[in-house]
Amino acid sequence: MDTTLEQAQQEIVDEFAMLGDWQDRYEQLIELGKELPLIAAEFKTEENLVRGCQSRVWLTAEPRGETVHFTADSDAMITKGLVALLVRVLNDRTPQEIMSTPLTFIDRIGLREHLSPNRSNGVVAMLDQMKRYALAYSTK
Amino acid sequence: MTLATITPVFNVEEIRAQFPILKELVHGKPLVYFDNAATSQKPRRVIKAESAYYATINANVHRGVHTLSTLATEAQEAARETVRAHINAKHAHEVIFTSGTTASLNLAASSLGQLLLKKGDEVLISGMEHHANIVQWQLACERYGAKLKVIPITDSGELVIPGPTRNPGVFTDHTKILAISHVSNTLGTINPIKELIAEAKKRGIITVVDGAQAIPHLPVDVQDLGCDLYAFSGHKMYAPTGIGVLYGREELLEQMPPWQGGGEMIDQVTFEKTTYAKLPFKFEAGTPHIAGIIGLGEAVRWMRDYDLSAMAAHEHSLLEHATKELLAIDGLRIIGTAKEKVGVISFVIDPAHPEGLEGRAGAGVHHYDLGTLLDQQGIAVRTGHHCTQPLMERFGVSGTTRASFAPFNTIAEVDVMVAATKKAVKMLR
Repeated sequence: MDTTLEQAQQEIVDEFAMLGDWQDRYEQLIELGKELPLIAAEFKTEENLVRGCQSRVWLTAEPRGETVHFTADSDAMITKGLVALLVRVLNDRTPQEIMSTPLTFIDRIGLREHLSPNRSNGVVAMLDQMKRYALAYSTK
Repeated sequence: MTLATITPVFNVEEIRAQFPILKELVHGKPLVYFDNAATSQKPRRVIKAESAYYATINANVHRGVHTLSTLATEAQEAARETVRAHINAKHAHEVIFTSGTTASLNLAASSLGQLLLKKGDEVLISGMEHHANIVQWQLACERYGAKLKVIPITDSGELVIPGPTRNPGVFTDHTKILAISHVSNTLGTINPIKELIAEAKKRGIITVVDGAQAIPHLPVDVQDLGCDLYAFSGHKMYAPTGIGVLYGREELLEQMPPWQGGGEMIDQVTFEKTTYAKLPFKFEAGTPHIAGIIGLGEAVRWMRDYDLSAMAAHEHSLLEHATKELLAIDGLRIIGTAKEKVGVISFVIDPAHPEGLEGRAGAGVHHYDLGTLLDQQGIAVRTGHHCTQPLMERFGVSGTTRASFAPFNTIAEVDVMVAATKKAVKMLR
């Protein structure tokens, strides 16, 4: 990876800074969500399901050399857009980097409500799960 | 009850002025609060009554000899009498204060389970119950070897009513308890519980009603209904959170064993044996939510200052308008189209062109996405399974978007929601 995890977050923050009101930001997220499935259909299993209260997220992780490779998807479009951003930031990074860098970009792009403790969107649960995978692979 | 025929004489602006929260902005936009089935907003009078208790008479009840304790006890018991009158219970001691509907139903299931259930017995619920009226009956059934049976519901969201001719198989010789919601929180259906209760009574079945969604919308007369137990929450009827009621018919309450131990529920305690206090205190262990009780009493008094049928008619006009306007959205389908409904409208947005989608044009909309985009426009609706997962399964949906109305809502707010929904659907498709 050429960029650090922190730089990847900053890039997203810069991209969203160009978008004006809430509608532009959400349209951008929805566009990200509408792109092709981020996960192969055969991986959309009960086992790979990360449970949020309302939207479902599927997540797979596998070690690739020193790094962790993620794929993910969601049935809700906004969640899927957020998930696409999380994968973009965390994918193919070392477990150490995944575990040690605080993820601040969702808050910084004005979407803090998606990190709220109400379990509605599954993003927080997905983030926890990604870190658990990173931890598991770091100790192997 | 035919609400549509009543002409409302009703000043919505006067009502709105009493709810301070309606002046709040959400994401810079005026709040449109359509999540009343989850919790209603509170009029200033209720907020003041609760804080006045803490500011002027805060003391524990039924124990102290000092003045504040006497005043607090009087205020609490006045609230009990207000609630009694509101639901037309025969005695004030038939009104038991709990923390809410869920606690009331847990009390009912735990105590009735112990009193009544044995191996082979059946508890009858319906397919539209809230989890709060499912899970504790499952627990009770497991404990005593009884079986949980479910009254099926139709595609429009109405009960397939058990009766001697229509569905002889639902009530059986083994049925001991009927536990059923008066109004469905997800569908808005008003169930014909009076008829059901009469049928149950003929067979000696004890009846428990989950009235959480009925009490804010309908006049409830427990003697007229003939139910044995009736549960509801304060926070859905303009009162504070954390307070609720279990009404119980005196003769039954006398037989039911206590649920929780400690505090006022005792008569005398020795390490060998405890005797219990008389009703209602037998079921009110520990220090009650005194401020909440006082707030509940004030909420009831507030409601009774208005013509409840005018309030209901106003909510019904909101429901009719919302139904008509929402159905104009391509692919929008209402879940729950019973003839008798309160002001609750639950819907999903299916693909507009089910035969195949060009790109994503006309695609379905996930309730979470819709709820999020409505929130951005200042509109609070509930999305998800509404704690009725078996019902969602019945209708084959993962969740719905639900708008639930209160007397302070307006037709203009419904229009704001409809326009916002159209905008969100356009963004998402």
